[in-house]
Amino acid sequence: MARMSLDLTVNGERRKVDVDTRTTVLDLLREQLGLTGSKKGCDHGQCGACTVLVAGRRVLGCLVLAVTLEGAEVTTVEGLADGDDLHPVQRAFLDADAFQCGYCTPGQLCSAVGMLREVGEGWPSVVTPPGATVSVSSLGPDEVRERMSGNLCRCGAYVNIVPAVLAARR
Amino acid sequence: MKAFEYERPVGVTEAVALARRAGSRFLGGGTNLVDLMKLGVETPDLLVDLTGLDLAEVLEQPDGALRIGATVRNSDLSANDAVRARYPVLSQALVAGASGQLRNMATVGGNMLQRTRCPYFQDVTKACNKRVPGSGCPARAGEHRNLAILGASEACIATSPSDFAVALAALDAGVTALTTEGEVSLTVSDFFRLPGDEPQRDTNLPPGALVTALTVPRLDWATRSAYRKVRDRASYAFALVSVAAAVDLDGDRVRDVRLALGGVAHAPWRATRAEEALRGGPATEEAFSAALRGELEAAEPLPHNGFKVDLAHNVAVRTLTELTGVPA
Repeated sequence: MARMSLDLTVNGERRKVDVDTRTTVLDLLREQLGLTGSKKGCDHGQCGACTVLVAGRRVLGCLVLAVTLEGAEVTTVEGLADGDDLHPVQRAFLDADAFQCGYCTPGQLCSAVGMLREVGEGWPSVVTPPGATVSVSSLGPDEVRERMSGNLCRCGAYVNIVPAVLAARR
Repeated sequence: MKAFEYERPVGVTEAVALARRAGSRFLGGGTNLVDLMKLGVETPDLLVDLTGLDLAEVLEQPDGALRIGATVRNSDLSANDAVRARYPVLSQALVAGASGQLRNMATVGGNMLQRTRCPYFQDVTKACNKRVPGSGCPARAGEHRNLAILGASEACIATSPSDFAVALAALDAGVTALTTEGEVSLTVSDFFRLPGDEPQRDTNLPPGALVTALTVPRLDWATRSAYRKVRDRASYAFALVSVAAAVDLDGDRVRDVRLALGGVAHAPWRATRAEEALRGGPATEEAFSAALRGELEAAEPLPHNGFKVDLAHNVAVRTLTELTGVPA
């Protein structure tokens, strides 16, 4: 069994951990660091419940090996709020009742935060008309549905998730 | 998951040397490999992480070609200004694949080397000639609704899952790889292979070779290009059929054309017969339809995937009519 030591920053805090090379970021967070906000849904990159931010980019914690994140900055759902002040995306999900059971919600939140940043950088999606420029202010429901398609909700709360993400832009 | 060692080389020479160790695998974004390791399909003894290598740049070459480093992430390439302006088909193919999270992780080199999503290949309790040569192919008599209609063999009817590779095939792109013997260059068409009686081989890449770059040649008229993908749900699914097309129009005639089909074969299917039929001919829906019918004469569908023949025809014809502005 191969183990390695690893230095990384999680929600602004430097952490030094010793991991089996097989450990995913999701398992590191949940089993070793006590951060159980990120959820294990499918564990195969198909549901998005484990979505976290690495250097501000949304990735799937279940398919990232922890050993690949030496020196990285990881943000989980626990790190989105500023103290007691919720992140605008969290506030919008509460206001729009954008969940039922809540299991997919941490992944939805982290994904939405990362997605809005991607839009801010002008990244196209498959529904962006060729040659068009997207911006956070011009984002519509079709773009949100497409860009959030990697996050499944078995309760079917999408009808409230899409308005929540749109509302969070303000 | 089986235990493995992990190395993070800082140079390509070191990476290629590490790959000579038995049971080694290169690790890019891990979106396919880590999943296959969880499934027991891949059981490496050593992972050689490539993401620390200096291969993450997109460079415009003096001859107008675009050189894409192997560890450029799919999402970064899809948003690249030169790619969006010069090769819309490439950007569109990238954003048609996977999800936002996966595109942030996946590298373009890894994309070219991802394995088929044939359900039998991914299930170690089932026979599969690609996973265990000679064990048989249950897909022919079993679940094959989304498997190949072109270029398959008795041994294997798997499809290539990449959208990106279909666009690269249409653009006559090249693959550069490094081995301990030196550099190797292949066209995308020569890189991928049909299964024949060796379905365990997805590509013609030499063993241990490290893909370092993809090169897209200059093609000024690729500004008139598009990628269209049809899948079982609106987003986040593999293609049933996809089409990458570029057209050079001379008035109402086709001066030149590039056409490749995805989701239909073990490799991106460059529709050379249709291209020849269209070159120099009228840009009309009738001509597009006839050319596709000709191309698809080679199709050998199975009981559950015959729908893909008409679907490939219709999607390609629609893509070409939209690109050329032909009234539908």
